[in-house]
Amino acid sequence: MQAIIEIGYLLATLSFLGGLKFMSSPKNAKTGNLIAASGMTLAVVITFISAVTETVPYTNLIILFLAIAVGTVVGKRLSDKVEMTGMPQLVSLFNATGGGCAMLLGLVEANQMDAATAILGNKILLISGLITGAVALTGSIIAERKLAGKVKDRRTKLVIFSARFLLLLMFLLPMLYFIGFIPVEFTVFMYILAVIAMVYGVLFVLPIGGADMPVVISLLNSITGIATAFAGFVYGNKVMIAGGIFVGAAGILLTLLMCKAMNRSLMKVLAGTFKKSKGGAAEEEQEIKDISVSETALALSFAQRVAIVPGYGLAVAQAQHTCGQLQQMLEKRNCEVDYIIHPVAGRMPGHMNVLLAEANVEYSRLKEMDEGNENMSQYDMVLVIGANDVVNPAAENNPDSPVYGMPIIRAHESKQVVVMKRSMGKGYAGVQNDLFGLDNCSILFGDAKVSLQEIINQLKLI
Amino acid sequence: MDFINQHIQEIYFVIFCVFIGIEVISNVPAILHTPLMSGANAISGVILVGAIIVMLNVPEDDYLNLTLGGIAVFLGTLNISGGFFVTGRMLKMFSPKKENNK
Repeated sequence: MQAIIEIGYLLATLSFLGGLKFMSSPKNAKTGNLIAASGMTLAVVITFISAVTETVPYTNLIILFLAIAVGTVVGKRLSDKVEMTGMPQLVSLFNATGGGCAMLLGLVEANQMDAATAILGNKILLISGLITGAVALTGSIIAERKLAGKVKDRRTKLVIFSARFLLLLMFLLPMLYFIGFIPVEFTVFMYILAVIAMVYGVLFVLPIGGADMPVVISLLNSITGIATAFAGFVYGNKVMIAGGIFVGAAGILLTLLMCKAMNRSLMKVLAGTFKKSKGGAAEEEQEIKDISVSETALALSFAQRVAIVPGYGLAVAQAQHTCGQLQQMLEKRNCEVDYIIHPVAGRMPGHMNVLLAEANVEYSRLKEMDEGNENMSQYDMVLVIGANDVVNPAAENNPDSPVYGMPIIRAHESKQVVVMKRSMGKGYAGVQNDLFGLDNCSILFGDAKVSLQEIINQLKLI
Repeated sequence: MDFINQHIQEIYFVIFCVFIGIEVISNVPAILHTPLMSGANAISGVILVGAIIVMLNVPEDDYLNLTLGGIAVFLGTLNISGGFFVTGRMLKMFSPKKENNK
């Protein structure tokens, strides 16, 4: 019997690994997801087989099955309803539930165990799981609210100071407790820590800017994974440890990748600081040429190779489908269309790719930044839609600029650039974009979706 | 020290998992980062296993812990089902074009 259980857990662990492995290619990714999901089901079933005995009261079983049934249905509902633009919010929300589960698990386990006889190591693990779970819970909720635009950044000194103070408390209190300085019951102590960690989660995410959300979501994802691994340690359950660690590794890896793509250290992102622009000298007047829809359409009709650089503005305008239409149209005229996607485009890692996939863009057309940059001079025209900072040449040639050093898409090296913009507003970094002043760049003002639609209409006539 | 003696296997296991995890995941292309993340997120729902074990050991009349445990199981399940369903939905959008292609 024990052997069956162990083999079941082993298979589940392998399925997680296999599932992640299959994610390496768009072709197999769907299979990978199925494998991981079946592994998860197997792990849950095996747990039931191993843990349900005749002594388990009916009340527990009823609550258990009810909770699982409702959880499954609600999860399915939420995932069916979500718009692809709202994906980052949903992923944050699901991340919050994982964190919440870890936190509650720590509390219940603390209530259950005999605090007097439990060894120190297990208590430390419980505390670690509780804290990481609670931070992931409230942090993800705040991240979700921020992505939905319901909560604004708060970068006041008070918030940052209290966050650091609480962080210190979370390390210090357990130490003091174990030395014996805090004479309360272990369970009471756990509740106190849970509250502190939850408040910290809120304060931790509050000062972080909207454009840095891809970093935060990956980081919180990783924290949930680590919380799971801690819990796995408590039960000596290898499936939980493996699952947790894989997620933790994935999260950290994506976090660092995002930071690199923005040329900012993780610490700076977390502190919510931007490099300040030095002096006003950089803010010179630019001469901006605007271009009309028909001129753009005409230029496009002569182009052989066109690259589209999409940014979050494209998603905001819900223009990804119109963009896909334009691409099909251009392709019919024997024009090659590529999408060049900056790693931080969108609100979570890889978000833009999903949005374009939704609009039926073939994934072979989605180019990563480096590949796009190599062939940049071959593009007759680059359409920048709703992106700003990621095409700012100041990042490469103006050491005074706050975005200096950030890897960019070198749109300015192509033959002609058309930037679709709603207004002359600045990007997230709040910097002037040197691209707009260049000779080969012109700006098409207006809502991205409307402009794209008009270009399509004009192209039909040409 | 007792703790380390008891858990030495798990400690080895964690270290291997870290390296295998990083190795496998660093091969995922940027285009699939969102599904990777939501898939990984769903996998972290494996914490449900712990929640179930706890839940089955709570005494029948311990209402506080039954409630907390029930919520924990609900949240864990939500994490898993939502995570896998939404990942599946995203990946479906990546696949039909490959059939048109070939």
